Amino acid sequence: MKARAFSYVRPATLAEAFDAFAAAGGEASYIAGGQSLVPALALRLQAPECLVDIADIAELRGISQEGEWLRLGALTRHVEAHDDPLIAACAPLLALAAPHVAHPAIRNRGTLGGSVALADPASEFPAMMLAMDAEMEIAGPAGRRRVPATEFFQDLYQTAIEPGELLVALHIPLARPEHRCDFDELARRRGDYAIVGCGVMLALPQEVVSEARIAFLSVGPTPVRARAAEAALTGNRLDGDATRRAQAALSEDLDPAEDEQVPAAMRLHLARVLLGRLLGRIAGAA
Amino acid sequence: MSAHLPLTLSVNGEEVSRLVEPRETLADFLRRDLSLTGTHTGCEMGVCGACLVMLDGLPTHACLVFAVQAQGASVETVEGLTQSAAIADLQRAFHERNALQCGFCTPGMLVTAQGLLSRKALPSREEIRDALSGNYCRCTGYEAIVDAIEMVARRRAAGETATSFVEEPA
Repeated sequence: MKARAFSYVRPATLAEAFDAFAAAGGEASYIAGGQSLVPALALRLQAPECLVDIADIAELRGISQEGEWLRLGALTRHVEAHDDPLIAACAPLLALAAPHVAHPAIRNRGTLGGSVALADPASEFPAMMLAMDAEMEIAGPAGRRRVPATEFFQDLYQTAIEPGELLVALHIPLARPEHRCDFDELARRRGDYAIVGCGVMLALPQEVVSEARIAFLSVGPTPVRARAAEAALTGNRLDGDATRRAQAALSEDLDPAEDEQVPAAMRLHLARVLLGRLLGRIAGAA
Repeated sequence: MSAHLPLTLSVNGEEVSRLVEPRETLADFLRRDLSLTGTHTGCEMGVCGACLVMLDGLPTHACLVFAVQAQGASVETVEGLTQSAAIADLQRAFHERNALQCGFCTPGMLVTAQGLLSRKALPSREEIRDALSGNYCRCTGYEAIVDAIEMVARRRAAGETATSFVEEPA
Protein backbone atom coordinates (compact mmCIF):
# COMPACT_ATOMS: atom_id res chain seq x y z
CA MET A 1 0.00 0.00 0.00
CA LYS A 2 2.86 2.40 -0.71
CA ALA A 3 3.33 4.28 -3.96
CA ARG A 4 6.19 3.33 -6.23
CA ALA A 5 9.08 5.80 -6.19
CA PHE A 6 8.67 8.88 -8.35
CA SER A 7 10.32 12.23 -8.82
CA TYR A 8 8.41 15.36 -7.85
CA VAL A 9 8.34 18.89 -9.19
CA ARG A 10 6.21 21.87 -8.25
CA PRO A 11 6.23 24.43 -11.05
CA ALA A 12 4.96 27.97 -10.58
CA THR A 13 3.56 28.51 -14.07
CA LEU A 14 1.62 26.57 -16.69
CA ALA A 15 4.56 26.74 -19.12
CA GLU A 16 6.87 25.17 -16.54
CA ALA A 17 4.29 22.48 -15.84
CA PHE A 18 4.02 21.57 -19.54
CA ASP A 19 7.83 21.45 -19.79
CA ALA A 20 8.07 19.20 -16.73
CA PHE A 21 5.43 16.86 -18.13
CA ALA A 22 7.20 16.69 -21.49
CA ALA A 23 10.57 16.13 -19.84
CA ALA A 24 9.21 12.97 -18.22
CA GLY A 25 8.54 11.54 -21.67
CA GLY A 26 4.85 11.04 -21.08
CA GLU A 27 5.44 9.12 -17.84
CA ALA A 28 4.22 11.98 -15.66
CA SER A 29 0.98 12.68 -13.85
CA TYR A 30 -0.30 16.05 -12.78
CA ILE A 31 -1.41 16.16 -9.16
CA ALA A 32 -3.80 18.73 -7.67
CA GLY A 33 -5.68 17.74 -4.50
CA GLY A 34 -4.65 14.14 -5.02
CA GLN A 35 -7.69 12.68 -3.31
CA SER A 36 -8.26 10.21 -6.16
CA LEU A 37 -4.71 10.03 -7.49
CA VAL A 38 -2.93 9.24 -4.22
CA PRO A 39 -5.08 6.14 -3.50
CA ALA A 40 -4.50 5.04 -7.10
CA LEU A 41 -0.74 5.40 -6.54
CA ALA A 42 -0.91 3.62 -3.17
CA LEU A 43 -2.75 0.72 -4.81
CA ARG A 44 -0.26 0.90 -7.70
CA LEU A 45 -3.07 1.24 -10.22
CA GLN A 46 -0.86 4.01 -11.56
CA ALA A 47 2.90 4.37 -11.25
CA PRO A 48 4.14 7.52 -12.98
CA GLU A 49 7.85 8.35 -13.08
CA CYS A 50 7.17 11.94 -12.14
CA LEU A 51 4.47 13.88 -10.30
CA VAL A 52 3.97 17.44 -11.46
CA ASP A 53 2.27 19.26 -8.59
CA ILE A 54 0.16 22.13 -9.94
CA ALA A 55 -0.76 23.55 -6.51
CA ASP A 56 1.43 26.66 -6.87
CA ILE A 57 0.13 27.80 -10.26
CA ALA A 58 -1.75 30.98 -9.40
CA GLU A 59 -3.74 31.01 -12.65
CA LEU A 60 -5.50 27.82 -11.57
CA ARG A 61 -7.04 29.50 -8.53
CA GLY A 62 -9.85 31.93 -7.98
CA ILE A 63 -13.62 32.23 -8.07
CA SER A 64 -14.83 35.18 -10.12
CA GLN A 65 -17.75 36.45 -12.13
CA GLU A 66 -16.81 37.27 -15.72
CA GLY A 67 -19.74 38.76 -17.62
CA GLU A 68 -22.43 36.09 -17.94
CA TRP A 69 -20.12 33.38 -16.60
CA LEU A 70 -18.78 32.19 -13.29
CA ARG A 71 -15.12 31.24 -13.60
CA LEU A 72 -13.85 28.62 -11.18
CA GLY A 73 -10.13 28.01 -11.19
CA ALA A 74 -9.41 24.29 -11.48
CA LEU A 75 -7.86 24.25 -7.99
CA THR A 76 -11.09 25.45 -6.35
CA ARG A 77 -11.72 22.97 -3.57
CA HIS A 78 -14.89 20.99 -2.91
CA VAL A 79 -15.25 22.75 0.43
CA GLU A 80 -15.41 26.07 -1.42
CA ALA A 81 -18.25 24.76 -3.61
CA HIS A 82 -19.91 23.92 -0.29
CA ASP A 83 -19.31 27.29 1.40
CA ASP A 84 -18.58 30.05 -1.10
CA PRO A 85 -21.42 32.61 -1.37
CA LEU A 86 -20.62 33.55 -4.99
CA ILE A 87 -20.85 29.88 -6.03
CA ALA A 88 -24.11 29.49 -4.09
CA ALA A 89 -25.56 32.53 -5.91
CA CYS A 90 -24.23 31.88 -9.42
CA ALA A 91 -24.00 28.09 -9.60
CA PRO A 92 -26.36 26.76 -6.92
CA LEU A 93 -26.28 23.21 -8.27
CA LEU A 94 -22.62 22.93 -7.26
CA ALA A 95 -23.42 24.01 -3.72
CA LEU A 96 -26.33 21.56 -3.58
CA ALA A 97 -24.18 18.67 -4.83
CA ALA A 98 -21.11 19.42 -2.69
CA PRO A 99 -22.37 17.90 0.60
CA HIS A 100 -22.83 14.59 -1.21
CA VAL A 101 -19.23 14.42 -2.42
CA ALA A 102 -17.20 11.92 -0.36
CA HIS A 103 -16.48 12.95 3.26
CA PRO A 104 -15.62 16.33 4.82
CA ALA A 105 -11.86 15.68 4.96
CA ILE A 106 -11.79 14.71 1.28
CA ARG A 107 -13.74 17.86 0.43
CA ASN A 108 -11.18 19.97 2.27
CA ARG A 109 -8.51 18.99 -0.22
CA GLY A 110 -10.16 17.63 -3.37
CA THR A 111 -10.43 20.08 -6.26
CA LEU A 112 -13.28 20.70 -8.70
CA GLY A 113 -10.85 20.59 -11.61
CA GLY A 114 -9.44 17.28 -10.45
CA SER A 115 -12.88 15.74 -10.12
CA VAL A 116 -14.01 16.98 -13.54
CA ALA A 117 -10.74 15.98 -15.23
CA LEU A 118 -10.88 12.48 -13.72
CA ALA A 119 -14.48 12.19 -14.99
CA ASP A 120 -15.49 9.37 -12.70
CA PRO A 121 -19.03 8.58 -13.90
CA ALA A 122 -20.11 8.12 -10.27
CA SER A 123 -18.89 11.57 -9.24
CA GLU A 124 -21.22 14.46 -8.64
CA PHE A 125 -19.34 17.43 -10.12
CA PRO A 126 -18.81 16.04 -13.65
CA ALA A 127 -22.55 15.41 -13.98
CA MET A 128 -23.25 18.92 -12.69
CA MET A 129 -21.05 20.34 -15.46
CA LEU A 130 -23.54 18.76 -17.90
CA ALA A 131 -26.58 20.00 -15.98
CA MET A 132 -25.18 23.54 -15.85
CA ASP A 133 -24.02 23.53 -19.49
CA ALA A 134 -20.53 24.47 -18.32
CA GLU A 135 -17.45 24.87 -20.49
CA MET A 136 -14.06 23.47 -19.61
CA GLU A 137 -10.99 25.61 -20.34
CA ILE A 138 -8.08 23.40 -21.32
CA ALA A 139 -4.51 24.57 -21.85
CA GLY A 140 -1.52 22.76 -23.26
CA PRO A 141 1.75 23.42 -25.04
CA ALA A 142 -0.18 23.93 -28.29
CA GLY A 143 -2.58 26.52 -26.91
CA ARG A 144 -5.86 26.92 -25.16
CA ARG A 145 -9.50 26.12 -25.90
CA ARG A 146 -12.92 25.87 -24.28
CA VAL A 147 -14.88 22.65 -24.61
CA PRO A 148 -18.60 22.42 -23.79
CA ALA A 149 -19.53 19.76 -21.25
CA THR A 150 -21.52 17.85 -23.87
CA GLU A 151 -18.28 17.25 -25.80
CA PHE A 152 -15.96 17.01 -22.81
CA PHE A 153 -16.99 13.65 -21.34
CA GLN A 154 -16.18 11.05 -23.98
CA ASP A 155 -15.99 7.64 -22.35
CA LEU A 156 -15.07 5.98 -19.06
CA TYR A 157 -12.42 8.31 -17.54
CA GLN A 158 -11.92 9.73 -21.05
CA THR A 159 -12.28 13.47 -21.59
CA ALA A 160 -11.32 16.04 -24.19
CA ILE A 161 -8.08 16.67 -22.25
CA GLU A 162 -5.13 15.35 -24.26
CA PRO A 163 -2.02 13.92 -22.54
CA GLY A 164 0.10 16.76 -21.20
CA GLU A 165 -2.77 19.24 -21.17
CA LEU A 166 -4.31 20.72 -18.05
CA LEU A 167 -7.82 21.71 -17.12
CA VAL A 168 -7.38 25.37 -16.21
CA ALA A 169 -10.85 26.54 -15.26
CA LEU A 170 -14.53 25.72 -15.29
CA HIS A 171 -16.83 28.32 -16.85
CA ILE A 172 -20.44 28.13 -15.73
CA PRO A 173 -23.29 30.20 -17.17
CA LEU A 174 -24.75 32.31 -14.37
CA ALA A 175 -27.98 31.00 -12.91
CA ARG A 176 -30.77 33.47 -13.72
CA PRO A 177 -33.72 34.38 -11.47
CA GLU A 178 -36.08 32.12 -13.47
CA HIS A 179 -33.84 29.11 -12.97
CA ARG A 180 -34.82 26.42 -10.49
CA CYS A 181 -32.45 23.63 -9.66
CA ASP A 182 -32.02 20.77 -7.27
CA PHE A 183 -29.75 17.81 -6.67
CA ASP A 184 -30.07 14.52 -4.87
CA GLU A 185 -28.67 11.04 -4.92
CA LEU A 186 -29.39 7.61 -3.49
CA ALA A 187 -26.49 5.96 -1.71
CA ARG A 188 -26.41 3.12 0.78
CA ARG A 189 -24.36 5.15 3.26
CA ARG A 190 -23.46 8.81 3.42
CA GLY A 191 -20.28 9.41 1.45
CA ASP A 192 -20.54 6.19 -0.55
CA TYR A 193 -20.66 6.35 -4.29
CA ALA A 194 -24.27 6.88 -5.28
CA ILE A 195 -26.36 4.09 -6.80
CA VAL A 196 -27.80 6.92 -8.86
CA GLY A 197 -27.63 10.70 -8.61
CA CYS A 198 -29.33 13.52 -10.51
CA GLY A 199 -29.07 17.26 -10.97
CA VAL A 200 -31.96 19.19 -12.49
CA MET A 201 -31.85 22.73 -13.85
CA LEU A 202 -35.08 24.22 -15.17
CA ALA A 203 -35.92 27.63 -16.57
CA LEU A 204 -39.40 28.44 -15.27
CA PRO A 205 -40.05 32.03 -16.36
CA GLN A 206 -43.80 31.66 -15.79
CA GLU A 207 -45.44 28.37 -14.98
CA VAL A 208 -44.18 26.67 -18.11
CA VAL A 209 -40.76 25.04 -18.38
CA SER A 210 -38.90 26.92 -21.11
CA GLU A 211 -35.66 24.99 -20.78
CA ALA A 212 -34.67 21.81 -18.97
CA ARG A 213 -31.33 20.20 -18.30
CA ILE A 214 -31.21 16.92 -16.42
CA ALA A 215 -27.96 15.07 -15.77
CA PHE A 216 -27.46 11.70 -14.10
CA LEU A 217 -24.44 10.14 -12.48
CA SER A 218 -23.69 6.46 -11.87
CA VAL A 219 -25.79 5.29 -14.82
CA GLY A 220 -23.11 4.51 -17.41
CA PRO A 221 -19.49 5.07 -18.43
CA THR A 222 -19.94 8.85 -18.48
CA PRO A 223 -22.31 11.30 -16.81
CA VAL A 224 -25.48 11.41 -18.93
CA ARG A 225 -27.88 14.14 -20.09
CA ALA A 226 -31.46 12.86 -20.10
CA ARG A 227 -32.57 14.48 -23.35
CA ALA A 228 -35.88 12.65 -23.75
CA ALA A 229 -36.90 13.52 -20.20
CA GLU A 230 -35.88 17.14 -20.82
CA ALA A 231 -38.04 17.19 -23.98
CA ALA A 232 -40.98 15.78 -22.02
CA LEU A 233 -40.82 18.77 -19.68
CA THR A 234 -40.01 21.58 -22.09
CA GLY A 235 -43.03 23.67 -23.08
CA ASN A 236 -45.21 22.13 -20.38
CA ARG A 237 -46.39 23.09 -16.94
CA LEU A 238 -44.40 21.40 -14.22
CA ASP A 239 -47.18 19.15 -12.96
CA GLY A 240 -47.75 15.48 -12.21
CA ASP A 241 -48.45 14.59 -15.84
CA ALA A 242 -45.26 16.18 -17.14
CA THR A 243 -43.28 14.55 -14.35
CA ARG A 244 -44.67 11.12 -15.17
CA ARG A 245 -43.89 11.61 -18.86
CA ALA A 246 -40.34 12.66 -18.00
CA GLN A 247 -39.93 9.65 -15.73
CA ALA A 248 -41.21 7.33 -18.46
CA ALA A 249 -38.87 8.90 -21.00
CA LEU A 250 -35.84 7.91 -18.93
CA SER A 251 -35.91 4.46 -20.52
CA GLU A 252 -34.85 6.22 -23.76
CA ASP A 253 -32.12 8.19 -21.99
CA LEU A 254 -30.53 5.69 -19.65
CA ASP A 255 -29.19 2.25 -20.33
CA PRO A 256 -27.49 1.36 -17.05
CA ALA A 257 -25.31 -1.71 -16.92
CA GLU A 258 -25.94 -4.64 -14.60
CA ASP A 259 -23.57 -4.94 -11.66
CA GLU A 260 -23.23 -7.29 -8.67
CA GLN A 261 -25.17 -5.03 -6.35
CA VAL A 262 -27.70 -3.23 -8.48
CA PRO A 263 -29.65 -4.80 -11.35
CA ALA A 264 -30.11 -2.50 -14.35
CA ALA A 265 -33.88 -2.40 -13.92
CA MET A 266 -33.50 -1.32 -10.30
CA ARG A 267 -31.11 1.47 -11.24
CA LEU A 268 -33.53 2.74 -13.89
CA HIS A 269 -36.37 2.53 -11.38
CA LEU A 270 -34.36 4.49 -8.82
CA ALA A 271 -33.47 7.09 -11.45
CA ARG A 272 -37.20 7.59 -12.03
CA VAL A 273 -37.87 7.83 -8.30
CA LEU A 274 -35.11 10.39 -7.92
CA LEU A 275 -36.26 12.50 -10.88
CA GLY A 276 -39.81 12.44 -9.52
CA ARG A 277 -38.63 13.66 -6.14
CA LEU A 278 -36.53 16.44 -7.61
CA LEU A 279 -39.27 17.71 -9.93
CA GLY A 280 -41.76 17.49 -7.07
CA ARG A 281 -39.50 19.54 -4.83
CA ILE A 282 -38.96 22.15 -7.53
CA ALA A 283 -42.71 22.34 -8.29
CA GLY A 284 -43.47 22.60 -4.58
CA ALA A 285 -41.01 25.44 -4.09
CA ALA A 286 -41.93 27.36 -7.27
CA MET B 1 14.98 5.44 -5.82
CA SER B 2 14.20 9.06 -6.37
CA ALA B 3 16.34 11.78 -4.94
CA HIS B 4 15.32 13.02 -1.54
CA LEU B 5 13.94 16.55 -1.49
CA PRO B 6 14.24 19.20 1.20
CA LEU B 7 11.04 19.84 3.10
CA THR B 8 10.26 22.59 5.56
CA LEU B 9 6.92 22.87 7.28
CA SER B 10 5.41 23.74 10.63
CA VAL B 11 4.37 20.80 12.79
CA ASN B 12 2.53 21.56 16.02
CA GLY B 13 3.86 25.10 15.94
CA GLU B 14 7.51 24.21 15.42
CA GLU B 15 9.38 24.58 12.15
CA VAL B 16 10.73 21.26 10.94
CA SER B 17 13.19 20.66 8.09
CA ARG B 18 14.03 17.22 6.73
CA LEU B 19 15.05 15.47 3.53
CA VAL B 20 12.23 13.23 2.34
CA GLU B 21 11.57 10.77 -0.43
CA PRO B 22 8.78 12.14 -2.67
CA ARG B 23 6.71 8.99 -2.28
CA GLU B 24 6.58 9.25 1.51
CA THR B 25 3.12 10.22 2.68
CA LEU B 26 2.61 12.91 5.28
CA ALA B 27 1.32 10.17 7.62
CA ASP B 28 4.53 8.16 7.30
CA PHE B 29 6.61 11.32 7.61
CA LEU B 30 4.92 12.25 10.87
CA ARG B 31 5.18 8.74 12.29
CA ARG B 32 8.63 7.68 11.10
CA ASP B 33 10.63 10.87 10.70
CA LEU B 34 9.09 12.82 13.60
CA SER B 35 7.95 9.90 15.82
CA LEU B 36 4.50 11.47 16.08
CA THR B 37 2.72 8.14 16.20
CA GLY B 38 -0.62 9.55 17.34
CA THR B 39 -1.42 9.83 13.63
CA HIS B 40 -2.50 6.28 12.82
CA THR B 41 -2.26 4.54 9.48
CA GLY B 42 -5.12 2.16 8.80
CA CYS B 43 -6.32 1.80 5.23
CA GLU B 44 -3.78 4.21 3.70
CA MET B 45 -6.28 5.05 0.97
CA GLY B 46 -8.45 7.75 2.48
CA VAL B 47 -11.28 5.58 3.74
CA CYS B 48 -10.85 4.91 7.46
CA GLY B 49 -10.00 8.38 8.81
CA ALA B 50 -7.44 7.18 11.38
CA CYS B 51 -4.71 9.42 9.90
CA LEU B 52 -6.57 12.73 9.97
CA VAL B 53 -4.52 15.78 10.89
CA MET B 54 -5.17 19.49 10.62
CA LEU B 55 -3.45 20.72 7.46
CA ASP B 56 -3.58 24.50 7.32
CA GLY B 57 -6.44 24.31 9.80
CA LEU B 58 -8.61 21.78 7.98
CA PRO B 59 -9.01 18.06 8.73
CA THR B 60 -7.08 16.20 6.04
CA HIS B 61 -6.08 12.58 5.45
CA ALA B 62 -2.32 12.45 6.07
CA CYS B 63 -2.26 9.26 3.96
CA LEU B 64 -3.61 11.16 0.94
CA VAL B 65 -0.95 13.86 0.94
CA PHE B 66 2.69 13.29 0.13
CA ALA B 67 4.93 15.00 2.63
CA VAL B 68 6.56 17.06 -0.14
CA GLN B 69 3.15 18.54 -0.96
CA ALA B 70 3.04 20.00 2.56
CA GLN B 71 6.06 22.24 1.90
CA GLY B 72 5.41 25.50 3.74
CA ALA B 73 2.20 24.22 5.29
CA SER B 74 1.12 24.17 8.90
CA VAL B 75 0.27 20.75 10.33
CA GLU B 76 -1.31 20.01 13.68
CA THR B 77 -1.40 16.42 14.83
CA VAL B 78 -3.37 14.95 17.69
CA GLU B 79 -0.26 15.46 19.84
CA GLY B 80 -0.24 19.19 19.13
CA LEU B 81 -3.98 19.56 19.64
CA THR B 82 -3.62 17.73 22.94
CA GLN B 83 -0.65 19.70 24.23
CA SER B 84 -2.27 23.03 23.43
CA ALA B 85 -5.40 21.83 25.29
CA ALA B 86 -7.43 22.74 22.20
CA ILE B 87 -9.28 19.44 22.41
CA ALA B 88 -9.03 18.80 26.15
CA ASP B 89 -12.80 19.01 26.47
CA LEU B 90 -13.27 16.51 23.63
CA GLN B 91 -10.79 14.14 25.27
CA ARG B 92 -12.62 14.43 28.56
CA ALA B 93 -16.01 13.86 26.92
CA PHE B 94 -14.75 10.80 25.00
CA HIS B 95 -13.43 9.46 28.30
CA GLU B 96 -16.63 10.20 30.24
CA ARG B 97 -18.87 8.79 27.56
CA ASN B 98 -16.74 5.66 26.88
CA ALA B 99 -16.44 6.80 23.29
CA LEU B 100 -13.38 4.69 22.70
CA GLN B 101 -12.32 1.16 23.35
CA CYS B 102 -9.12 0.19 21.52
CA GLY B 103 -8.45 3.82 20.66
CA PHE B 104 -7.13 3.24 17.16
CA CYS B 105 -9.69 5.52 15.52
CA THR B 106 -9.69 8.10 18.31
CA PRO B 107 -7.09 10.58 16.96
CA GLY B 108 -9.02 10.80 13.70
CA MET B 109 -12.32 11.09 15.52
CA LEU B 110 -10.95 13.95 17.60
CA VAL B 111 -9.63 15.79 14.55
CA THR B 112 -12.96 15.38 12.77
CA ALA B 113 -14.84 16.56 15.86
CA GLN B 114 -12.60 19.60 16.27
CA GLY B 115 -12.98 20.42 12.56
CA LEU B 116 -16.75 20.11 12.74
CA LEU B 117 -17.14 22.24 15.86
CA SER B 118 -14.93 24.96 14.42
CA ARG B 119 -17.23 25.12 11.38
CA LYS B 120 -20.49 24.83 13.27
CA ALA B 121 -20.86 25.48 16.98
CA LEU B 122 -24.00 23.43 17.60
CA PRO B 123 -24.35 20.71 14.98
CA SER B 124 -27.36 18.39 15.06
CA ARG B 125 -26.78 14.68 15.72
CA GLU B 126 -27.42 14.11 12.03
CA GLU B 127 -24.71 16.63 11.14
CA ILE B 128 -22.32 14.99 13.61
CA ARG B 129 -23.00 11.61 12.01
CA ASP B 130 -22.46 13.12 8.58
CA ALA B 131 -19.12 14.58 9.67
CA LEU B 132 -18.09 11.18 11.05
CA SER B 133 -19.04 9.38 7.84
CA GLY B 134 -15.36 9.17 6.89
CA ASN B 135 -14.18 7.82 10.26
CA TYR B 136 -14.35 4.11 10.93
CA CYS B 137 -14.66 2.74 14.46
CA ARG B 138 -14.72 -1.02 14.78
CA CYS B 139 -15.21 -1.28 18.56
CA THR B 140 -17.79 0.93 20.13
CA GLY B 141 -20.15 1.77 17.37
CA TYR B 142 -20.76 5.44 16.92
CA GLU B 143 -23.48 6.30 19.42
CA ALA B 144 -21.13 7.21 22.27
CA ILE B 145 -18.87 9.18 19.93
CA VAL B 146 -21.83 11.21 18.69
CA ASP B 147 -22.91 11.72 22.31
CA ALA B 148 -19.45 12.96 23.32
CA ILE B 149 -19.22 15.45 20.47
CA GLU B 150 -22.74 16.70 21.11
CA MET B 151 -21.87 17.13 24.79
CA VAL B 152 -18.80 19.22 23.98
CA ALA B 153 -20.74 21.37 21.51
CA ARG B 154 -23.22 22.23 24.28
CA ARG B 155 -20.50 22.85 26.83
CA ARG B 156 -18.58 25.12 24.48
CA ALA B 157 -21.77 26.99 23.61
CA ALA B 158 -22.34 27.48 27.32
CA GLY B 159 -18.93 29.09 27.57
CA GLU B 160 -17.11 26.31 29.39
CA THR B 161 -13.43 26.47 28.61
CA ALA B 162 -11.22 23.47 28.25
CA THR B 163 -8.31 22.84 30.53
CA SER B 164 -5.62 20.31 29.95
CA PHE B 165 -6.96 16.78 30.13
CA VAL B 166 -5.10 14.40 32.38
CA GLU B 167 -6.51 10.96 32.88
CA GLU B 168 -7.02 10.26 36.54
CA PRO B 169 -5.20 7.27 37.98
CA ALA B 170 -7.40 4.26 38.58
